Parts: sequence; C-alpha cells; structure tokens
Amino acid sequence: MKILVCISNVPDTTSKINFTADNTAFDTTGVQFVINPNDEFGLTRAMWLKEKQGATLHVATVGTAAVEPTMRKALAIGADEAIRINAEPTDGLFTARQLAEVVKNGGYDLVIAGRESIDYNGGMVPGMLAAMLDWNFVNTCIGLEIDGDKATAVREIDGGKETLETKLPLIIGGQKGLVEESDLRIPNMRGIMMARQKTLTVMDPVDMEPGTRDTQYEKPAPKGDVKLVDPGNLDQLIDLLHKEAKAI
Amino acid sequence: MSTETKEKEILRGGQFLVKETACEDVFTLEDLSEEQRMMRDSTVEFVDRELWAHWERFEQKDYEYTKTCMQKAGEMGFLSISVPEAYGGMGMGFVDTMLVCDYISGATGSFSTAFGAHTGIGTMPITLYGTEEQKTKYVPKLASGEWFGAYCLTEPGAGSDANSGKTKAVLTDDGKHYLISGQKMWISNAGFCNLFIVFARIGDDKNITGFIVENDPENGISLGDEEKKLGIHSSSTRQVFFNETKVPVENMLSERGNGFKIAMNALNVGRIKLAAACLEAQRRVTDEAVTYAKERVQFKTPIINFGAIKAKIATMATNAYVGEAACYRAAKNIQDRIELRVAAGNSHQEAELKGVEEYAIECSILKVAVSEDVQETTDEGIQIFGGMGFSADTPMESAWRDARIARIYEGTNEINRMLSVGMLVKKAMKGHVDLLGPATAVGEELMGIPSFDTPDFSELFSEEKDLIKRLKKVFLMVAGKAVQTFGPDLEEHQQLLMAASDILIQIYMAESAVLRAEKNAKKLGEAAQQTQIAMARLNLYEATDIVIRKGKEAIVSFAEGDEQRMMLMGLKRFTKYTNTPNVVALREMIADSVAEAGGYTFD
Repeated sequence: MKILVCISNVPDTTSKINFTADNTAFDTTGVQFVINPNDEFGLTRAMWLKEKQGATLHVATVGTAAVEPTMRKALAIGADEAIRINAEPTDGLFTARQLAEVVKNGGYDLVIAGRESIDYNGGMVPGMLAAMLDWNFVNTCIGLEIDGDKATAVREIDGGKETLETKLPLIIGGQKGLVEESDLRIPNMRGIMMARQKTLTVMDPVDMEPGTRDTQYEKPAPKGDVKLVDPGNLDQLIDLLHKEAKAI
Repeated sequence: MSTETKEKEILRGGQFLVKETACEDVFTLEDLSEEQRMMRDSTVEFVDRELWAHWERFEQKDYEYTKTCMQKAGEMGFLSISVPEAYGGMGMGFVDTMLVCDYISGATGSFSTAFGAHTGIGTMPITLYGTEEQKTKYVPKLASGEWFGAYCLTEPGAGSDANSGKTKAVLTDDGKHYLISGQKMWISNAGFCNLFIVFARIGDDKNITGFIVENDPENGISLGDEEKKLGIHSSSTRQVFFNETKVPVENMLSERGNGFKIAMNALNVGRIKLAAACLEAQRRVTDEAVTYAKERVQFKTPIINFGAIKAKIATMATNAYVGEAACYRAAKNIQDRIELRVAAGNSHQEAELKGVEEYAIECSILKVAVSEDVQETTDEGIQIFGGMGFSADTPMESAWRDARIARIYEGTNEINRMLSVGMLVKKAMKGHVDLLGPATAVGEELMGIPSFDTPDFSELFSEEKDLIKRLKKVFLMVAGKAVQTFGPDLEEHQQLLMAASDILIQIYMAESAVLRAEKNAKKLGEAAQQTQIAMARLNLYEATDIVIRKGKEAIVSFAEGDEQRMMLMGLKRFTKYTNTPNVVALREMIADSVAEAGGYTFD
C-alpha cells in the first residue's frame, strides 16, 4: 500500500494573528508554523498503517521553501519521502489541482488530507481532490481500517457516528479521532537525524490561475471592558443587556 | 581552512580575559540550525507532555515515575545524544548535548537530576575513559535507557575534598578481582540504577581509582533509605554500601590512581551541563510569573502594570538571556575545540576530554552564575505569586526548592569560585594564557595620567565594550597584585579568591550577553533587537556594580597606603560610565516587551 498524506503548514494555535499591507496580507513575523493538526492526526494514522501493514508513506504540500521545516518534521516523525510543490497555496482549487498531479503520477492507494486547515478553514481540498481524481471519498473521518483493497471508515455525524465500507483508492478528510492527541508522535532524535537523509522532492506547480483571491481580512472587534453593575441597580443591568449586549 | 588557522580563531579557555572577541565569533541560540530547532521542539514537547503535565507526581516522591520518564527519554533518544554512534548513540556535537540538557531540565529538578546523573557522570566516565570492551558492554545499554547509571564519589567524610575518600579496593589473591568496601552518600539514581561508577582507594595510593560496578544486591551492595530532601523530591538519593563487593579487574576505569582525574573531568562537563540545566527552569518560571501577573488584579490593576513587578520580570528575563548567551558561547567553543583535535588526529575520546578540560574555567564560571540566577529567578517567581507562590499548589514553590541544590552539587559554588581563579592562575603560570603582560600593562596604566578625551560612543555597544575591557583590567589589577603579594599562599585567602572570582564571573557573563545582542542587532537590525540590547545593558550595569563592590573589598584586604589609594582610583576609573544607563527605563522596557510576548521568547 502506498499512502500520501497532504500536509498544510499553519500557524501554531497560540500565535497572535495580525495582518499587514492594509489588512490584505497575513503578517508572519514571529509566527511559529506547525503541521496542520487535522493533517497530523492523519499522518499518525498513516504511521500506524505503515508500521502494522508495511505501507510506504509519502507526504506532500504546496508551499514555498519556507515550509520545508514542517515537511522535515513529517519526515522525522516517520514519513519515507516528502514532496513540495513550489508555489504559494493561494486557494483550495489551486492546492487541490497541484496535489492531484502528485497523486496521479505517484501510484498511491490512499490519500489522507486534513478535513480543513486551521488557518483559513477552507475545508475544500480533500473533496476537490476526490472529484478531480474520481476516487472514493470519506470526509470528517474519525476511524480508518484497511484490509486489502477494502476500507472501513468511521464518520462523525450530527449526534453520532456512521461506519462505511469502501474500496481503495480512497481519499480521507481526516480529523481528531483517526488517532487521539496523546497518540501524536514527537519526533525522536534518531528520526530527526534520519530525516536529513530522506528525499524531499521539489516540483514545479501546474500552471493555472487561482479561482479566488483574498482581498481583505478583518479581525473580530476587541472585547470591551467588563462592566460591573451594582446589585441594587437592576434597571441599569436590564438596560445594558437590552441596549449594549442586545441579549434581551 | 587549515587547522592551524582555525585554532587561532577559537578562543582558548580563560583567554576571554585578555583577548577581544568579535560578536560574529560567538555562537548564540539564534544560530541554531533547523535540525537543532527540531530537536529542541521535540524536547519541549516531551517535557510538556510527560513531565510538566505531571509535576505533582514529582513532588509526591514518585520515584517510579521518574524511572518511567527516564525510560521514555531513552526511547526518544535523549539519553544518547553525546554517545558515539559505535556504541548505540547519536554521536552529536557538544552544542546538541547542551541543547537537550537545557530544555529537558525545566519542568522538575527531580527529572533533571536523574537525567544529568545518568547521562553525565553515570555514562560519560565510561565513554571517555572506558576500554573498548567496557564501552561495548555497557554504553549501548546506558544510551538506550535499558540500564541506568549512578556515580559514587561522595562519602560521609569526603564531600568537597573528594580525593580523601575511605572506600577501599583490595586485590584478591588470585589477582582477578578487587573487593570494594566503603560507604557512599548522596548517590543520585541509586534506587533504580543498574550500574555504579565507584571511586575507591587501592592500598595507600595518593589518588583514588575508578571502577565500573554492576548493581547486584547479592554482591555485597546495599542501599540506605531514600534521603529526605528540601527539593528534587523524586530524584532517588540514597546511601550505597559496598561490603567486599567483587569487581573484576577488567572493570577498573582507566588506570590505577586515575580516579580523581576522571572524577574532576566528569565534573567539568557536568558543570557546564548543569548550567544549561538551570536555563529552562528560568524560562518556564518567567513565563508562569508573567501569566500570573497579567491575570492577578490588585488595586483594580493587573499587577504586571506595577513598576515593582516589572523590575522583577526584567531581572528574570535578563538572567535567562545572559545565561543562554554564556552557556552556548562556551558550548560552541568546546565543540570547535573537540572538532579541531579530531581533525588533528586525536581519538574522539581524547579530543572530548581535552576539549572540555580546556574550558574548565568557563565551566566553573557558568555553574556558579547560572545556578545563582535560577535561584534568584525562582525566588522572584514566588514573590510575584505572593501568598500563592508560597503554596505547594503552584509550581513556584517546588521550583524554588529544586533550584537550591544546583548551588551545591557538581562542586559547591564556593569550590567552583576558587577553582575558576585557581585554574586561571595555573594556566597563566603554564603560559597558556598570558596574564602577566596585560597585568603589567594595567599596572603601568595605573601610574600614568588618564586620558581626558571624550570618547566617541555613538556606535552600538561601543561604550559597553569599552567598559568590559576596563572591567577586565580590574580583574588583572586585583588578581595580579594578589598573586604578587601572596604567591602560592593565595589559596589560603579564600575571601579574596571569592571576590576575584565574582569579578571574573561578571566579566564573562556580561561580555557574552553584549556579544549576543550585538550579533543579533547586526544580523536583524537594532530596531528589532531593542529588548535584547536592553537586557545586555541592564546586566552590564549590574555586573559593574558587583565588580566595584568586590574589587574594593579585595583591594583593601591586601593593599595599604598609597598603593591602596592608587588601586581604588584605578577601580573607579575602570568602572566609570560616560553615559550612565537609565536602568529604570531599561527594566520597564524589558518587562513590557516580555509581557507583550506573553513570556520569555528570545531565540
């Protein structure tokens, strides 16, 4: 079995988010980047499949050279090879198209992508990828077992779970549940050393125009100060709840 | 680059005192490679998940949990960073070793002591002094965490005077074994180790001898109860009794009578690693204190807005910054020196020994400085937490207790202070560092008329670097005169040695911080490095104050009359600022910047 895990390079969840150039570009100054958590759950599940069933595991991303530390971390965790499509991932369609090329030419049986990245939260790539490749697709996947060319996947649905049977080749939109947070791998020292000997292939992107373009970002309005109301002054409280908070 | 050229560029041990260092020639945390950053991130993640999340267990004397974490550390490869690849290790450089030692040690002193005792003094004597057979037999098990090591040097009557131990090793009649008998105490990891490095005396030898002793209760080895300690509650610390313990002759470490040398060299490495091991605790305590001070509201204001709290935050951040600057500067010097020796044909074993020995002065300086900084930082951490800091329910209380041991083990800070100056004087006598020339020049300068020109200090750090150059003159003046006055009896004048050492320590630490900030400012621009610049300046100001106080103390202890007056005048001249920094503003600025970032984020 040959598995491809698609990796998105995203800001650490504790990062402070700011924008530059008149709120048209994300300010990366001082921001620490990590493997997108939804992708990391997928990567860890793929590692289990590799270790238990002898799969070959590749990781791929669309990004500039700046994302390479994230890819090397994936290699240090245990991926066998990494592929970087050398382009800014401008939108979901662009990213999916680039990844589709990698999948088409790579002979993969299983592709795991996070159900969405935690930065732009587009949630489009795995679905678009499935459509472009005409492969089976299970989104919001929280469980995955592979037996030969059969796959059993568990999906999160409103208020419960759904178990599906499907066949490879398959695309998974993964999330927490594929493995738990405590299962995520910390790259060990040998893995880090070995990562430097593993292949990180840089590929040119397929020439295409992005379907959409970001024009403006806006942060939520900052929260105001807490207003303390005297316990005896219920009228003021009602007034504030009605006029300011618009809660009643 | 030829070996010869490169050698000239690497500062030798102790030479920082008489030679200028360009900022480009120091290594700083900002220079870590991508791989090293990944190593660091892994270490921090491991600590967060396995240690920090369970810090209460370490306070509840859960020795078994310490052992479990050590085994996990073995699985992660943290125990084998410095072990050569031939013996199952990673064979990484000295900076990598320091890096892991630094970041793995921040959550609890219990684990950091177990880690340091095992990887440093428990494993290293074998990798550095062992025979091929010894290394093949023991090192892979120690590197993987299958086995754990402990180091038995201290005895009830032999602490700082380590060579005076009474443990005996007697050769059996058939000449195949030694029978070791004696009592060792304060043995870290004793409760779960598989192997002891034991120092014992053969016959009436002047010096002790090292042995590798497998832990087998059937072989005359018994343990005392776990010691009740102020801190590091889950570090197993017990007495170890050897009663005619049979040790094969081939388990002798190095040669007969070489034990003291092994013990001292192991401690040299141990000292610089201990300094590194005191850094992450400072960062974490600073982070915790900042978080608390932002949330704690008194007088309707988060206490972080108060100047008194800001001063503490600034000191805590500055301590960590300076410690990092000095530790990694020395670590890279050691690594370069090891590589140089390997390139010149030394075995790795020999190169590492000599490489570290070369910087024994810096190792002692760092041990003292950083262990005292972590004490101050944890103390201020408690103070910022107020009553909550005194409660065992917050991590401040245990951090403070755990920090205390760092001033005692690996040679007390008093021993290390005396060693730092003693070793420097010895180096000067051997001609390895030319102190005499510069000391004479300072003497002549004292007799001359000082320049009244107003210097141009417009360039970044030009005044600070000039001041550091003059602080070095203070040391040369004080130490030079002390050696001249007392000769070999200098070692009897301990208070004087302590004062001289304090001056030496301040110079090394302050210079390292200035060089780090200067390097980063040149690389990334002054505007982006304002906080680093401020920390280097604040530290130098405080260092200068200490130099003034200690210098005065030393001078009046041995000089009188005109000579004393001249030296005191010199002290004043050498410690003078043309533009006295506004340290109140510096502290405000540092604290605001740390608070804005949410904690200590310099690298």
